[in-house]
Amino acid sequence: MSRARADEEEYWHSSKFRAFTFDDEDDELSQLKESKRAVNSLRDIVDDDDDDLERVSWSGEPVGSISWSIKETASSSTGSLESRDSSLQKGSSSYAAFPKQVSSYSLSSLFKGELPHTQCGQMALSDTGVKNYAPELRRPKAEYKDYSSDWSPKDTVRRMQRGKVCSLERFRSLQDKLVLLDEAVAGHDGNVITAVLIFLKRTLRREILFRELEVRQVALCHLIHFLKETGEQKLLLDLLRLCFFSLSLQLSQYREHLNIQDVEKRREFLKGCIGLPFSAEDISHIQDHYTLLERQIIIEANDRHLETAGQSEIFRKYPRKASILNMPLVTTLFYSCFYHYTEAEGTFSSPTNLKKTFKIPDKQYVLTALAARAKLRAWEDVDALFTTKNWLGYTKKKAPIGFHRVVEILQRNNAPVQVLQEYVRLVEDVETRLNLATKYKCHDVVIDTYRDLKDRIQLMAYKCKVERGSAEEEKINSILNNMVRN
Amino acid sequence: RRDARPSASLCLPQAIVWDEYLTGPFGLIAQYSLLKEHEVEKMFTLKPGRLPQADVKNIIFFVRPKLELMDIITDNVLREDRGRSPQRDFHILFVPRRSLLCEQWLKEQGVLGSFIHREQYSLDLIPFDGDLLSMESESAFKECYLESDQTSLYHAAKGLMTLQALYGTIPQIFGKGECARHVANMMIRMKREFPGSQNSVFPVFDTLLLLDRNVDLLTPLATQLTYEGLIDEIYGIQNTYVKLPPEKFAPKKQGEGGKDLPTEPKKLQLNSAEELYAEIRDKNFNAVGSVLSKKAKIISAAFEERHHAKTVGEIKQFVSQLPHMQAARSSLANHTSIAELIKDITTSEDFFDNLTVEQEFMSGIDTDKANNYIEDCIAQKHPLIKILRLVCLQSVCNSGLKQKVLDHYKREILQTYGYEHILTLNNLEKAGLLKPQTSGRNNYPTIRKTLRLWMDDVNEQNPNDISYVYSGYAPLSVRLAQLLARPGWRSIEEVLKMLPGPHFEERQQLPTGLQKKRQHGENRVTLVFFLGGVTYAEIAALRFLSQMEDGGTEYVIATTKLINGTSWIKSLMEKLEPAPF
Repeated sequence: MSRARADEEEYWHSSKFRAFTFDDEDDELSQLKESKRAVNSLRDIVDDDDDDLERVSWSGEPVGSISWSIKETASSSTGSLESRDSSLQKGSSSYAAFPKQVSSYSLSSLFKGELPHTQCGQMALSDTGVKNYAPELRRPKAEYKDYSSDWSPKDTVRRMQRGKVCSLERFRSLQDKLVLLDEAVAGHDGNVITAVLIFLKRTLRREILFRELEVRQVALCHLIHFLKETGEQKLLLDLLRLCFFSLSLQLSQYREHLNIQDVEKRREFLKGCIGLPFSAEDISHIQDHYTLLERQIIIEANDRHLETAGQSEIFRKYPRKASILNMPLVTTLFYSCFYHYTEAEGTFSSPTNLKKTFKIPDKQYVLTALAARAKLRAWEDVDALFTTKNWLGYTKKKAPIGFHRVVEILQRNNAPVQVLQEYVRLVEDVETRLNLATKYKCHDVVIDTYRDLKDRIQLMAYKCKVERGSAEEEKINSILNNMVRN
Repeated sequence: RRDARPSASLCLPQAIVWDEYLTGPFGLIAQYSLLKEHEVEKMFTLKPGRLPQADVKNIIFFVRPKLELMDIITDNVLREDRGRSPQRDFHILFVPRRSLLCEQWLKEQGVLGSFIHREQYSLDLIPFDGDLLSMESESAFKECYLESDQTSLYHAAKGLMTLQALYGTIPQIFGKGECARHVANMMIRMKREFPGSQNSVFPVFDTLLLLDRNVDLLTPLATQLTYEGLIDEIYGIQNTYVKLPPEKFAPKKQGEGGKDLPTEPKKLQLNSAEELYAEIRDKNFNAVGSVLSKKAKIISAAFEERHHAKTVGEIKQFVSQLPHMQAARSSLANHTSIAELIKDITTSEDFFDNLTVEQEFMSGIDTDKANNYIEDCIAQKHPLIKILRLVCLQSVCNSGLKQKVLDHYKREILQTYGYEHILTLNNLEKAGLLKPQTSGRNNYPTIRKTLRLWMDDVNEQNPNDISYVYSGYAPLSVRLAQLLARPGWRSIEEVLKMLPGPHFEERQQLPTGLQKKRQHGENRVTLVFFLGGVTYAEIAALRFLSQMEDGGTEYVIATTKLINGTSWIKSLMEKLEPAPF
């Protein structure tokens, strides 16, 4: 137990020393130097073997001085990492709401108020006993210099899980390193796995690391996640390129496009993605994505020009609210139905061209075009959408989406009753037709429907819903009269 | 059941800078007043820029170990005025654990040395209610199933060890699913590694049931129909608090409504401490109205009694009851308002249509072809999450969609909402929520029939079965718990094999003195741990089982996160806005 404690202190030294440098010299140069050094070597974190410099605590006093050790012991007696974890219990009643008398010690003591009194009774006991003799308890430096050397990979991983720092440097052979990695993975603790991976990344040749990771999926995922988080794009992409074996990873390359703000660059990037070995299905979607963005760039450039020139009426009347770049396909289609409806199929911005290129289903196309034209109150276009000619030249109304949907969309765009009722009339299901007609006050349709149903009672009832002396009332009366005669 | 207090009891003037996400969970275990007692002078939320002025010596950052937060902290520290005196000291407290990665990151930014203390506060399980613990680890499901990162399982195992230290070793462990197996293994290993931890606490729990969320992907996708479930579905309950639109809480009404400006959302805490809420939270929403009106009558009758109070003694007695009555009245007013808000939504046409489709899928109707309602919703650009919930539900109820149907949905979604969502679809596929039917066989009907997941005759007012929480659908996860208690899993061996992951049983030896001698009629206590999240409706169903007279088992629930379909799907969606740095 005391060994563990010494080790604990050891840890605090290694990090403390640096803390001290920081606090004292805050000129930027030394900071830069410091951070550079930090970047270059992870070893400093993991290393047991502290520098040969004089040990100095963060308060600047040399290690070993009495005032220093009081603080130190106070902190370790109130709960080291070790005690917290090993007891595996920190709990309720025992959450020491820290007694005031401790306040004479430094911050460090109070910071660790979560020491469970009861559960690690033994520990706490020995520590309390130690408090008074703290200075003597310091161990000679040499003693903890080598105590770690015989830890097995398993022990090392265990220790790291408990939040302790230990040297990984002694795992020199590839074999050892891999055992260590496998142990870490078996421990399911991402924190440790990542730490080991950082070590491997630093000490192994890239090809070897990648090769070994290929058969260690979990570790691989962790490394990818780590690289993603730290933004080491180049290594990440290299890794992805080498390890194409599961769908999920392939897409993470595609994912990168989201980080590219510039549309031209984004387009180039997407183009690059097409060549990658994605699944056939994904590749078609990515191809479409690329084509769409390419189109949008052309349309955007063109339309921005038109808009600023102020020549085109449609843009004057309905200024664009936002750029079309990076919008979904259906939104793009809507846009093109709105601003470029009458263009010939040959132009990139024409709706028919979009429909063909992206194989947009009829239903989707009609819905979008309808919404766009209705918004512009271009009722003739709406009419044309549903008119088909058969080979005899007769015209017929047909809607792939069902006329009740057409009515809803028109209504939402405040279509006048005259327009609305034309489509309500076309709703096939009688009940739906009646419902819609009543709801949107298409009196004519209601009346005609009841007439066809020969429903006198409903017709009488409906009479009160129309205006007195209106044409509709007249109509109802005449129908009622006719019905009587028949 | 577990009481916890913050560890940072520094006795010097200090300010805490909070990672906003943590304030919710911490709010459940410590009030500001408590922190104040420990010399916390100021509290700020973490955001980039210069730290606010405060006359304190110590600044403590309470943060989750996330790199983006480290960047903010770096910014804070670097902008700190070095010249000011006295200089302020920085400390950092990671919740729930220190992370080497984060410290390394801080080091690379050159600020690691600015922190005098770097500590961790292992907040594993946070008590949410008398029978509910949560780790509030938002991304646990995603990490386990998408990123193969099982760190959250490690925390879960540690949390369970802590729980055992406090409430005794749990003699029996059952589990179903890959993650459940991992957690059980870790627990056993941890126990082996610390043989000294053999404790002498008399065991409170008889059984631990570990359940993977991916064993039952269906339940969270369906719309919850209990009162609490609906509040969560519609308004989202965060750490037992809910924010509601203020209109219905007009100031003239009783209660705290008067303090709020009408434009600010009304914030209410919801837990069992409120008598009325405890009574109605787990009821089917259709049964809530009658309870509320009954209560209203009782309360007005009680107020009426003042007219009958003649003698001074009677009046005195009446007055002494007043505070209680006032509280009951304000609680009633609040819940009547909430119920009204919810009713507006549940009676809407779209809610009804959506529910109809869900129920059709769950009862096995038309799950193998493209659904009209879903297509309509896509065409009308309903929120993507709603679409994904429905499509995933259909996929799960059909053991995967026919390739043609799946391709059709995917195409429609990508064309309408943008191609970049292919990443999200991919995530859902990886999690098993959306997939092609590979085996060519649909197992769902067998599972449904054997586990009686669909009940046609559901009684919402006076339920006799857990299926009331979804008005017909009995949550699979809870059915597994129910069948485990009686008659045991052996009876459903076949179905268990159809569900993903292994099922297992472990025993932990108890010292002879601690073995429970069960009194006749005494209930067994089972701790159900949902790895990957649990919904309020599932909790309601388990509470219903606890209350059943002949049930014989009481349940305590623990989870990695309280979820609903929306928050769950959201956690699986790819974040599409570019990173802030």
